[in-house]
Order: sequence, then C-alpha cells, then structure tokens
Amino acid sequence: MRSIWRTLDRRVLADIGLTCLAVFFIGLSYGAIAVSSGFPLWVPAAQSVLVLAGASEFLFVGIVAAGGSPFAAALAGLLVNSRHLPYGLALPPGVTGRRWGRLLGTHVMNDESVVFALAQPDPARKRAAYWACGLGVLACWPGGAVIGGLIGSAVHDTGAFGLDAMFPAVILALIVKDLRDARTLRAALAGAAIALAAAPFLPAGLPVLLALPAVLLLVRESAVTPQADRQPVVAQAGSTP
Amino acid sequence: MKNPTLVVAGMATLAAGTYAFRLSGQLLRARITFPPRAARLLEAAAVILLAALVATTALTEGHGFSGFARPAGVLVAGVLAWRKAPFLVVVIAAAAVTALLRLAGVP
Repeated sequence: MRSIWRTLDRRVLADIGLTCLAVFFIGLSYGAIAVSSGFPLWVPAAQSVLVLAGASEFLFVGIVAAGGSPFAAALAGLLVNSRHLPYGLALPPGVTGRRWGRLLGTHVMNDESVVFALAQPDPARKRAAYWACGLGVLACWPGGAVIGGLIGSAVHDTGAFGLDAMFPAVILALIVKDLRDARTLRAALAGAAIALAAAPFLPAGLPVLLALPAVLLLVRESAVTPQADRQPVVAQAGSTP
Repeated sequence: MKNPTLVVAGMATLAAGTYAFRLSGQLLRARITFPPRAARLLEAAAVILLAALVATTALTEGHGFSGFARPAGVLVAGVLAWRKAPFLVVVIAAAAVTALLRLAGVP
C-alpha cells in the first residue's frame, strides 16, 4: 500500500479519490433503490462486495424486482460484465498483482481501475493506479450501497444532482488522452456509433461489445500507412503466410 | 423478495461468472506472447469499449433516449477534458450542467 502513495503523484491520487467519491454516491442510490424495491439490506450489501460491478447489479435488482427470474437476471448481468474479458487482455501482465495478490487484484478489475491504469505511462504507475482505484472502489461501492440502503428513499433521486452524468464524464476524461490520436478517435467514434445503433434493440451489455470490431479500423490503416516507423510492421505482415 | 434461495443462487452465478470474465482475459494474455503492435491494439480495443460505454451511458436509458440533460453534461465534460481542464472541474461540470438543466425543466 505505501508504495502506491510514493509511486503516484498527488494529482492522480486526487483524481482517483474523486472517482471513488462519485462511485460512493452512485452506491448510495443503488442501496436505496434495492431496499425500496423490496430487497433486504443484505442483498445489495453482499452483491456490492461479491459482484463489484455497478451496472450489472442495478440490472439484476431491477429484473428480479420486476418479477423476473434471478437466473435470467444473472445472465443479463453477466452479459453486461463480459467486457471485463477484453479488459484483462488489455492490461499489461503484472498490473493485477502476482500469486495470491492476483486473487484480489482480479476482483477489483472494473471500468474505473482499468481506465486509470491505461492512462498511466509506465508499468509501475499503471499497477499503482490500478490498485489505488480498485481498492478505493472496493471500499466506496459497498459502503455507499449499505448507507444508501439504511437511509433508503432519502437518496432515491440522484438524477436531481446530475450524478448519473458523472460516470460517463469520469471515463471520458480519462480516455481523452488516447482520443487525441486521430486514428484511435475515428475507431472509437465508429465503435460508439455501433453501440448506440444497437442499444434500442439488444439487451444491455451487448451493444458495448459490438463496438469491439471497430478496432479493425486500426489494424487495416496501420498496415497501409506509409510511415517510417511502421515499415517493419508492414514487412512483418507481408512475410506472414 | 419471493424466493431468497433462488435470489442467492442468482447472485452467486453473477458473482462467479463476473470473476471468471475478470480472470480469463488475464490468463489468455499471460498464455500468449503478443508482439508490441498487437499489445497496442489490445489497449486500443479497451479504449474503444470504454468510448462505447461512455456513449451508451450518456445517451441511453434502458432501450430509449436518456433525455438531453445527461448527454449535455457529458458533452461539456468532454470539451473541458479536451481543453485539458483539471479532472475535478471536468467531473463536477458534468454533474452541475446536468443538474442545472434538469432544474430548468430539461428532461
């Protein structure tokens, strides 16, 4: 833990702190919504610790509260959480820890910890940012859910404070650095367009996954871009049978 | 809550399956040695996923349109982030713009 404080500069730690605070507030509304739709407090409490993936938990609670089967709700939640597989592929090895530490390091993988890790320039800082944000969310999400469940309907309407805009804003602020690259921006916009076009028709989670093929735009373009630093790559690609 | 046993089973399924997703990507990554260019593409793929997540959470609610207030807040945040405003300013601006628009009666 102490190495996290030494590795990351204060600005990054403050950003992570704010993100965790936002997660806490969303947790408040999650706990309140779960309890007010008829679940005992231990349901959002246990789920926030064991699942630790907000959108899928909201969906689970919503489907079951509406009379749906808990297994259908679990499948819908799993569809939403399937994006963690490509996240694991994207993280450089070692970021999530080694040996026993990786058991916990795997569990704290979420949108926020992944995006903070990707935003850091070198492996040591990627690892520190991932853990600081992951552990922060592990504390704030269940903490928010329990307190929200206890105070109930008092925090039901987080929409009035614009808190629902904070999650996309956090993610956007952290990927802007990558979007300054014109080709990445084009691929990201294409992916976002696919997801938006699919959202009205497909179950939650699937539209985001459908954005993935947009990465092909980068494969094709980097093979034909006549830049000096890309030459060896072109040669390599050409020699593959 | 009608059937606690079923709900617990559903929760356990969701928790275990989510952990499996979190683990399997890393195991694949450790098993295969990716050339540097492929590793960069994997990172770009994560950025594309995150961008799609931003678009869908900003613009949709369920299967419909989220209303104007939230995407307006996220758009302001995006412009501020692009102009290198501090993270705190970006995130607070998103919430503030959205809240003020709703206060003014914008859905």
